[in-house]
Amino acid sequence: MSNDANALKISDLRTSFFVEGNEIKAVDGVSLTIPKGKTVGIVGESGSGKSITSLSIMRLIKSPGQIKHGSIAMNGEDLLQKSEREMRKIRGNQISMIFQEPMTSLNPVYTIGEQISEVFQVHQGLSKKEGRAKAVEMLELVGIPSPKERVKQYPHELSGGMRQRVMIAIALACSPELLIADEPTTALDVTIQAQILELMKNLQQELGMSVVLITHDLGVVAETCDYVAVMYAGKIVEYADVYTLFNAPKHPYTVGLMQSLPRHDKDQEELNVIKGNVPKPDEMPAGCRFAPRCPFASEICINELPDLIETEDNNKVRCWIYSDKWDGNPEVNVADDYKTARSK
Amino acid sequence: MFVFTVRRILQTIPVLIGVTILVFLMMHLVPGDPAQVIAGEAASEQTIQQIRERLGLNDPLPMQYFNFIINALQGDLGTSIRSGQEVTSEVASRFWVTLELSFYSMILSVFIGLIAGIISAVRHYTWVDAVMMIIALFGLSMPNFWLGLMLMQYFAIDLEIFPVSGWGSPEQLVLPVIALGTAGAAIIARMTRSSMLEVIGQDYIRTARAKGVKERIVIYKHALKNAMIPVVTVIGLEFGTLLTGAVLTETVFSINGLGRFIVESIQARDFPAVQGSVLVVAVVFILVNLLVDISYRFLNKRIDLN
Amino acid sequence: MPETTVNYPVTKPSNPHIENVKNILKRLKKNKAAMLGGFLILFFILVSIIGPHLVPFSAGEQNLVNKLEGPSAEHWFGTDHLGRDIFSRVIHGMSITLYIGFFSVFIAAVAGVVIGIVSGYFGGKIDTVLMRCMDVLLAFPGILLALGVVTILGPSLNNVILAVGVFSVPAFARIVRGSTLAVKELEYIDAVRALGASDFRIIFRHVLPNVFSPIIVQATLRIATAILTAAGLSFLGLGAQPPMPEWGAMLSDGRNYIFDAGHVAFFPGIAIVVVVLAFNIFGDGLRDALDPKMKS
Repeated sequence: MSNDANALKISDLRTSFFVEGNEIKAVDGVSLTIPKGKTVGIVGESGSGKSITSLSIMRLIKSPGQIKHGSIAMNGEDLLQKSEREMRKIRGNQISMIFQEPMTSLNPVYTIGEQISEVFQVHQGLSKKEGRAKAVEMLELVGIPSPKERVKQYPHELSGGMRQRVMIAIALACSPELLIADEPTTALDVTIQAQILELMKNLQQELGMSVVLITHDLGVVAETCDYVAVMYAGKIVEYADVYTLFNAPKHPYTVGLMQSLPRHDKDQEELNVIKGNVPKPDEMPAGCRFAPRCPFASEICINELPDLIETEDNNKVRCWIYSDKWDGNPEVNVADDYKTARSK
Repeated sequence: MFVFTVRRILQTIPVLIGVTILVFLMMHLVPGDPAQVIAGEAASEQTIQQIRERLGLNDPLPMQYFNFIINALQGDLGTSIRSGQEVTSEVASRFWVTLELSFYSMILSVFIGLIAGIISAVRHYTWVDAVMMIIALFGLSMPNFWLGLMLMQYFAIDLEIFPVSGWGSPEQLVLPVIALGTAGAAIIARMTRSSMLEVIGQDYIRTARAKGVKERIVIYKHALKNAMIPVVTVIGLEFGTLLTGAVLTETVFSINGLGRFIVESIQARDFPAVQGSVLVVAVVFILVNLLVDISYRFLNKRIDLN
Repeated sequence: MPETTVNYPVTKPSNPHIENVKNILKRLKKNKAAMLGGFLILFFILVSIIGPHLVPFSAGEQNLVNKLEGPSAEHWFGTDHLGRDIFSRVIHGMSITLYIGFFSVFIAAVAGVVIGIVSGYFGGKIDTVLMRCMDVLLAFPGILLALGVVTILGPSLNNVILAVGVFSVPAFARIVRGSTLAVKELEYIDAVRALGASDFRIIFRHVLPNVFSPIIVQATLRIATAILTAAGLSFLGLGAQPPMPEWGAMLSDGRNYIFDAGHVAFFPGIAIVVVVLAFNIFGDGLRDALDPKMKS
C-alpha cells in the first residue's frame, strides 16, 4: 500500500449540480493520478470544472452539488466511500487545501494564532497553549517575520500576501500528504505571487508532499508543475508532462491557451484570443466540446465525443486528430497550423 | 478604539441637541397660544397671564430653550399641570417599571430569537425552517396590544393562571413580557437566520470545513460569532421599540409605567409631563444605541477607523 | 513571470432595463409567498371597495337588545357593546386601514425621496444638515415620534396619518440617499453630465429609476408598520375616534368588555394581523426579487 507511487488516483469522477430540475455536469468523467512528491497542475478557464474537482477530492461539495460517480483512491482507500466523520480526520490532516481569496478565507473574528492552533487541536489533540506554540513555529516556517507578535493579530491587520502565508501555514500544519492549491496566487500582486509560489515549492520539497495546483495561469504552471491536466467544459482534454505541454501542445484548445499568452520576445500587435465562449452547461455540443471554437473541427468532431487518446510520448489528448478515425486533413499539425488557421 | 469611542460620543451631541429642541418646541408647535391651551377654553385672561409668567412664555424663544436645557440638566423637567407635582419625580417613579418591563421583554426576545434563528439557519430549506419563519412572520405582524389582550383573556380570565393586570409580582410579569417581547423575538429570529445564512456561505467557513473541524463547531464557533455582529445592532434598535411598545402594553395591563403616563398626559394635554417623559425616553434610547455601537465596534474588529 | 490572458467569455445583455424587469417578474412569480401576499393585498383592496355594499349591516347600526352576543349565523363575528355587527364593522374598517397604510407611507416616501436625493446628490452642507435632522427623528424610538405629533396636532384620523408618515420619513431618506450616492459614483453619470444634462434631468432620468426598487420594497414593509402603529394610536384613543369602525379603536372597545365578551377584541385584531401579514409577506418577496444582495 505504501509502495504506491501515486498519492491520489481519481477515476471517472462525475460531480453535478442540480438546479431547478436541471443537471449541470460540472465535472464529467475526470480521471487523474497525482504521483507522490510531484505537482500536478489543473488548467482551465473559469467554469471548466477545475475547482469543483478539487472540492470533490475534499468532499466539500455542498447541496445542490453532488458527487455522482467515480472513485478517489488514496493509500488504497476510496475517499468517496468514507463517512463524514472519517473525512473530517483526513481534511486538514492528510489532505489540505488553500483557496483563491486570502482576503476572505480567514475568519475575521479570530486571531491567526487561534486559527492555526485549531488544526493542531482538532487533529493532534493539543491544548490551546500547545497549539499556539505550534502556530508560532508554523508562521516562522512560512516566512512571516516576528511570528510571536503576529499570532495575536487579526486577519485584517495582515496584507493579502501575509494572509496567504497564514493559509499555507494552516494547510501545512499537520504535514499533509497532499496539498490542493486552488488559484493560490490569483488575487495577489505579481511580486507577491512569485514569493508565494517559491514558498510553496520549497515547502513541498521540505515536506515531500504532492501538490494539486489549480490555476488558469499558464505562467504559474510553467514555473511550478511537473504534470499538467488541461480541462475544458468538465473534461480533461490534454494531460502531459510540463515540458511536452509547452514544447509540443497537442489539443487545439491548449494551443489556443498558449497563444493567448503575451510574449516578451516579440512585439505583438494584439493578443491572440480563442474565439467564442465556453459552451453553457445546457448547450453542450454533442461531439467534441471544443468543436464550435476549434479551427480544425471536421465532421467527426461535431458528431462524436472523442476519448482521451494515449499518444506515443505517454501523454493523453482528447482530440480526433490523433485517432485513426480522423476524417480531416491527414497532414494537420495543430501547433504550427493554429495561427494560420485562426487568421483566416 | 479610544478614538472611535470619543468620536462616536461627540457625534451624539448634535443629535441630543436636536432632540431637545424638538421636544422643547412641542409646546410651541401646538396651534394657538400654549398658555391658552394649557389653561383651557374658559380660562380668564388673568389665569392665562399667570401661566405664561410661570412657564416663562413671555421670554424670547432662545431664552426659553436655554432655561429649559439648564433646568433639565439640573434634573428639573417642570411641573405637571395635571398633578401639580414635579415631572422629574413623576417620571422617575414610573421609569423603572418601564425599564424593567422592557428589559425582561428584551431578554425573552433575544433568547427566543437567537435560538429560533440559529435553528432555522442550520435547518435551512427544511420544514423546521419553514414553520419557524412562518411563526416569526406572524409574530412580526401581530399588534402587541392585541396579543396582550388575547393572552389576558385566555390565561388570566379563562384559565386564571396569571393575574389580569398590575406589575410587581413575578406572576404579573409573565403576560406583559410575552406580549411585548414576541415581536422582538420574531425580528431577532429573522435577522439571526439571514445573518447566519450569509456567514455560512463565506469563504472562511469553507476554510474551517477544509481544516476538518466538526460541523457543530463550524456553526457555533466560526459562523455564530460573525453572524452576531449585525444582530447586535438590531438588538439595540429593538430596545427602543420595546421602550415605546411599553406604551401599549402598559395600557393593556394597567401597569403604572412611563408609557401609560405619557398617554394619560397627552390625553390631559399636560405638556410639561409629555415633554419630560418623551425627553427621558429619547435620551435613554440614544444612549443605548451609543453603547450598542461601541460594543459593535468591539465585536467587529474589521471596521477600519476611517 | 508572464501575464496570462485567457479569453473569458463576455455575454452582452440586450437591454439591461428590460432584462431587469423581466427578471424581477420571473423571480417574483417563483416566490410563492410573495404571490400569495400580492393576491391577498389585491383581495383586501377589492373587499374595501365592494365589501361595504355586500355586508348585512351598516357600520353604525345599533341593536342594544343583541349587544355583546357571541358569533352566530346572523352575526358571524358577534356583536359589540352597542349591538353593532362586528363582521360588518370589520369589513367597513378595511378601507380605513388601507387608507392609513397607503397614504401615510405615500407622504413618507415622497418626503423621504426628496430629502434623500437632495442630500445624496448635492452633498456638502445640505447633506450634513438634512441627515442630522433625520438622525434626530430616528432618535425617537418606535411610536414615540408619532405620539409627539399627535400631541401637537390633537387626536384624529388624519393627524395619525401625518404622525405615522413623519415617523417613516427617515427610513426612506436614508435608503434613497445611499442609492443616490452609489448612482452618482457611476461613470456614466459623469458622461451624461459632460454631455450637458442638467441636475434635474440627471436626477429624473438616471437617479430615480435606480432607487426605485429599494423604495418599493421599503414602502411595502413600511405599510405594515404604519398600519400597526396607527392601530396602536387609535387603541390608545389618540387616533381615529368612535364611532368610526377603525380596527384599533374597535380593539379599544373590546378591551373594556374583555371579561364578558372576548370576541369583541378578537376579530378586529385578527383583521389587523391578516392585513399586516399580507404586506410583510409581499414585502419580503419583493425584497428577494428586487434586491438580490439582501437575499438570504
